[in-house]
Amino acid sequence: MKRKRLNTALNMQFMLLFSRQGKLRLQKWYVPLSDKEKKKITRELVQTVLARKPKMCSFLEWRDLKIVYKRYASLYFCCAIENQDNELITLEIIHRYVELLDKYFGSVCELDIIFNFEKAYFILDEFLLGGEAQETSKKNVLKAIEQADLLQEEAETPRSVLEEIGLT
Amino acid sequence: MPAPIRLRELIRTIRTARTQAEEREMIQKECAAIRSSFREEDNTYRCRNVAKLLYMHMLGYPAHFGQLECLKLIASQKFTDKRIGYLGAMLLLDERQDVHLLMTNCIKNDLNHSTQYVQAWLSAPWAAWAHQRCAETWLGGGGETAENLKLLPEKKGSSVCRPRDQEGARVDGDVPPSHQKPAQREETTVNCLELQWKEILGLNKGRSGSVLHTSVVLLMLSHFRKLVPQLVRILKNLIMSGYSPEHDVSGISDPFLQVRILRLLRILGRSDDDSSEAMNDILAQVATNTETSKNVGNAILYETVLTIMDIKSESGLRVLAINILGRFLLNNDKNIRYVALTSLLKTVQTDHNAVQRHRSTIVDCLKDLDVSIKRRAMELSFALVNGNNIRGMMKELLYFLDSCDPDFKADCASGVFHAAEKYAPSKRWHIDTIMRVLTTAGSYVRDDSVPNLIQLITNSVEMHAYTVQRLYKALLDDISQQPLVQVSSWCIGEYGDLLVSGQCEEEEPIQVTEDEVLDVLEGLLVSNMSSPVTRGYSLTAIMKLSTRFSSINRIKKYDHMRPALLERMPIMEKTATNGPTEIVQTNGEAEPSSLESKTLPPVTQPTSQANDLLDLLGGNDVVPVIQTAPPHKACLCWRRTAGPTGRSLSIRWADPCSSPARVHPHSPAFLLDGPPLTAPLQ
Repeated sequence: MKRKRLNTALNMQFMLLFSRQGKLRLQKWYVPLSDKEKKKITRELVQTVLARKPKMCSFLEWRDLKIVYKRYASLYFCCAIENQDNELITLEIIHRYVELLDKYFGSVCELDIIFNFEKAYFILDEFLLGGEAQETSKKNVLKAIEQADLLQEEAETPRSVLEEIGLT
Repeated sequence: MPAPIRLRELIRTIRTARTQAEEREMIQKECAAIRSSFREEDNTYRCRNVAKLLYMHMLGYPAHFGQLECLKLIASQKFTDKRIGYLGAMLLLDERQDVHLLMTNCIKNDLNHSTQYVQAWLSAPWAAWAHQRCAETWLGGGGETAENLKLLPEKKGSSVCRPRDQEGARVDGDVPPSHQKPAQREETTVNCLELQWKEILGLNKGRSGSVLHTSVVLLMLSHFRKLVPQLVRILKNLIMSGYSPEHDVSGISDPFLQVRILRLLRILGRSDDDSSEAMNDILAQVATNTETSKNVGNAILYETVLTIMDIKSESGLRVLAINILGRFLLNNDKNIRYVALTSLLKTVQTDHNAVQRHRSTIVDCLKDLDVSIKRRAMELSFALVNGNNIRGMMKELLYFLDSCDPDFKADCASGVFHAAEKYAPSKRWHIDTIMRVLTTAGSYVRDDSVPNLIQLITNSVEMHAYTVQRLYKALLDDISQQPLVQVSSWCIGEYGDLLVSGQCEEEEPIQVTEDEVLDVLEGLLVSNMSSPVTRGYSLTAIMKLSTRFSSINRIKKYDHMRPALLERMPIMEKTATNGPTEIVQTNGEAEPSSLESKTLPPVTQPTSQANDLLDLLGGNDVVPVIQTAPPHKACLCWRRTAGPTGRSLSIRWADPCSSPARVHPHSPAFLLDGPPLTAPLQ
């Protein structure tokens, strides 16, 4: 997982979202790895995090990375950062992402993320870029997503109208 | 062909599956439908199909046949298609596949798309692929993309500016120098950044946070040390500025940006005195003024501490940093305590005195509930032990040893021995500490501690009587902890005469007869709890006592074993250190063949004498072992060949023995990495 990178504020390697039963709900990788490696890492990490007791720290050391995880209701949000990175700010990043999801979906729950996983990705990509927070204003992130959604709707509407009339 | 089902439908259906097999069946059916739909080149539903494919990919099923479809989606003019297409490409492709190269044209075109949002979120895929091979293609290919990068500062829309800058920087950072002319690369980057920086300063009046943010990311080059004063100014403004609801987190303005700037300052000030000096004030200001009631404030403080530690800061600032860490230790939040302990561990070597001030808090953390915190507190405590605080610290550490988890006991015991050896205020204290460890965590003590302890005991000549007495008493209480038993039997064998003579200065001497001592040792020999090595020790001890005790009649019954015991010893190789991994390797395994050839030539019949020895030692277990104790004492080797060589008992043996860890059920598994020792030699 070694990769030469600019020495930026946060070298997040990946973020995983999974349920209490270990089902993956979202995976975002900021390092290039083969599918097989990703699966292996996911499996191992999910097992390790699920084995943690509730009162334990949100940080753990795994391989040569630091893992920062936090549980929100039935979902675990898990980030892997490098050794010189700031764990506490990573917790804030996770929290900010959850807040964005919450604002977008209106009291977000796991089902929202299951059925709208592509939207969850879009929001994540708007907020984090290459593993770092690129837009620190909640408002701007949500505005951008809103606009993109509008564009999407505008593009789709004509088709459905035609369908309704039965012309396609 | 009917319209393919919608994504939501598919998700709902798959979730109703009750078994893995059922789910697999549903997925296979759907994949087949999707494949035929792709074959038909159906433009209308391609987007929907790819979305479904992405869902199935997340569940863990193969989805590679969708890769080309993603490309087709990206090339489409419809916004929805592009969005899903890029998402699919990011999830399904990585730089190792050549398919992504086909996208370059699409991306180039989209960069100039009329809608700024298309451009803006292109940065995500660009980020995903700004790796070596892509970058090679894009930058090497006529430098078009480099041209694009140069155009960036001219684009006014801030949402576009930032991501592309960032990705531009990443591309530059990731491509190995051989693929670019160094001068060209420098020039491109520097130009971009300079222009960008000017623009930022202009925009800064409106506090465009994200643009600031990204430009901060780009400044990670040492050229920009001269900009440190400006960065300091920006940070100051940020802290002093009023409330901005969209950037605010729990009352702190834009903590993400603050952390970024601090990180940048850390990099720029790293080995540079001038820069470090320029930042001293602002660091002190951030350190004292940040609100610490929530995690976010602590995150900023933590970053400040890391920065202070890394740059060439003045000592006052460093002390401030360590005090902050000390305060963290008192925080209710265990995450913060954890982070503090980790950082203190890193700084304890360089700022030892400052960390010492927080010793009592650190020692309190030994009682924490969280396992990782306890471990770090233990490591840190050992690092803080010195001649002045040894007694107090040892008390706490021994108490910790009593109550901690088994995983810790081995490390803690080793640490205690090590610290005691370095800083013991008196020999008696040292012996007492060792006794305490052996009796409370005896079974977790590492194998190599036994010879070390024996060596230590022999060195404290005046304490022999006291030591043997205490060990004897401990043995009477409990014979289950093998290291304790081994050390005790060795000492009794060596100093048994002192024991029965009833002379002890340090404490009340006990009255013990020779018979009682021999009873105890024989008890060890036959006990089920004793490992073969322990039996070896006790047998040797009994033999030794034959020269020290007057009533040797009891010992005569072991005479038949003398020849086997006193076999000529094989060649011993010296072990360089006392580390466990070297113990048996050199002797037992190094040249099994030569050893065998040495002892086998007369093909010997196992005599009844050797058999007795075997029986006593518990049958077919190999009892190997050779170990040289730190200085050069002779070793005892157990062999199972017969062949009397007759050797007078007046030759003293010193026989710290050790054994492969598998003989100790409780000892930690650090072991001997080599193959298990060979079978008996007869």
